[in-house]
Amino acid sequence: MSALLLEMSARAQKLNIPLSVQLDLTYRCNERCVHCYLDHDDHGEMTTAEIKHLLDEMADAGVFILTLSGGEIFLRKDFFEILEHARRLMFCVKLKSNAVLVREREAARLRDLNIESIQVSIYSHRPDVHDAITLIPGSLKRSVDAIRYLKSQGLKVIIANVLMTQNMQDYPGVRALAKELGVECTLDPTVTPMMDGNRSTVGLGVGHEVLHQVFRDTSLVGDIDEFCAIPPAAGEDDLESTPCSAGHTACYVSPYGDVFPCVQFPLPTGNVRTQRFIDIWRHSDQMNEVRSIRLKDLTTCTSCTHVSNCTRCPGLAFMEGNMRGPSTQDCEKSFARTGVPSANMLAKRLAGANSRPSNLVQIRTLSTAVGNSASSAIA
Amino acid sequence: MSRLYVARNPRVAARSLDGEMMIMSARDSTLFTLNKTATILWQAADGATPLDEIVHQHICPRFEVEPAEALQDAETLARELAGHEILQISEEPIPTRNPVGESR
Repeated sequence: MSALLLEMSARAQKLNIPLSVQLDLTYRCNERCVHCYLDHDDHGEMTTAEIKHLLDEMADAGVFILTLSGGEIFLRKDFFEILEHARRLMFCVKLKSNAVLVREREAARLRDLNIESIQVSIYSHRPDVHDAITLIPGSLKRSVDAIRYLKSQGLKVIIANVLMTQNMQDYPGVRALAKELGVECTLDPTVTPMMDGNRSTVGLGVGHEVLHQVFRDTSLVGDIDEFCAIPPAAGEDDLESTPCSAGHTACYVSPYGDVFPCVQFPLPTGNVRTQRFIDIWRHSDQMNEVRSIRLKDLTTCTSCTHVSNCTRCPGLAFMEGNMRGPSTQDCEKSFARTGVPSANMLAKRLAGANSRPSNLVQIRTLSTAVGNSASSAIA
Repeated sequence: MSRLYVARNPRVAARSLDGEMMIMSARDSTLFTLNKTATILWQAADGATPLDEIVHQHICPRFEVEPAEALQDAETLARELAGHEILQISEEPIPTRNPVGESR
């Protein structure tokens, strides 16, 4: 983020203005990615008129950066009508897509509408690996062809590469592909739970060894010593700071009009079908609760070595049960980066040690239940 | 003496934050902020009103400044913003288009 944008964000936070909003236009998708956190059925998406009205309200509220995402945005037949409306309102529009439906005509239209950028999900440079994740044969070719069309129109394209067990060896290949295509590439090792709380997708994430390796790849992190350094002790200013932009300068709106602090923070705060966007932003009890949290208020994390530079996601913490609690996935990242376990990890180890007596009690109960013969065998 | 016309470049993204415009260049996504005077100029830049009229109508009444000096400053600013492709400038009225390419 540029220094000027940081300054604008700080001003927006002070003025309580939602500078940046992600709006998912649909959860429907033409891919079936194995790690996806969404259910792809349509439970009653906002109509074209409802979305245009919402965009009007967002512009009035001061929203500047509008990210249109999904699901797959190009599955909405009114996508370009919505995008045109957004650009009439002079939003800085960013798109997230698999781009499977983007051909020359769509790329040219996106150029004419002056989008800021389009992020395209690519999981591997190898078709067999990428297509095994999207579960759509031929999807890598379609997406890469689309990136070429978008680039030929002079558009800024960013490849988003999620790191999982299935593709963990392929990120150098994806980066090489990005270089060949002349586009940026981001790598994200976070696999999020599903929005309904189902955590089965989290198991697809990479483990400590791979994270350790990734965080020591100079092509990704630059100066390893600097990146992996143990952070200095948190000062008062650190502890008075806010965890992230969710609810402060940013929020998320689902295709059904539900407003959340962030796409990764499934705490409902209101619905734009029955309330004005600005009223939800300013007056929702839930949004104000999220907004009230400072690092000094966190349970466990406040005393953690990593508190001043942890990537702790309040949404992931919320999905673990406590928005003021730790986010285990981020603890693992901090540990892989520095080699120093987080306060949460230490607390869990201690809890594990302290829980031994209760495990023994269970064994005793079990042996009692099976009768004396078991006891005799152990003896 | 020829008159200068100014128009907002419809390709940019823009929003007012606390009375000052944030503008993102369509050329390279560089972010600019305009101070309150430049914001007045941006908002009045409709392609049809000459710059001297904008200065006379919108800037001089709000700031204690000599019209000639204000116009010179405004011209310098307009040319600088045009260099960043934030404004369009011309010695003829500029037919404006909105960001989706429709003429207005």
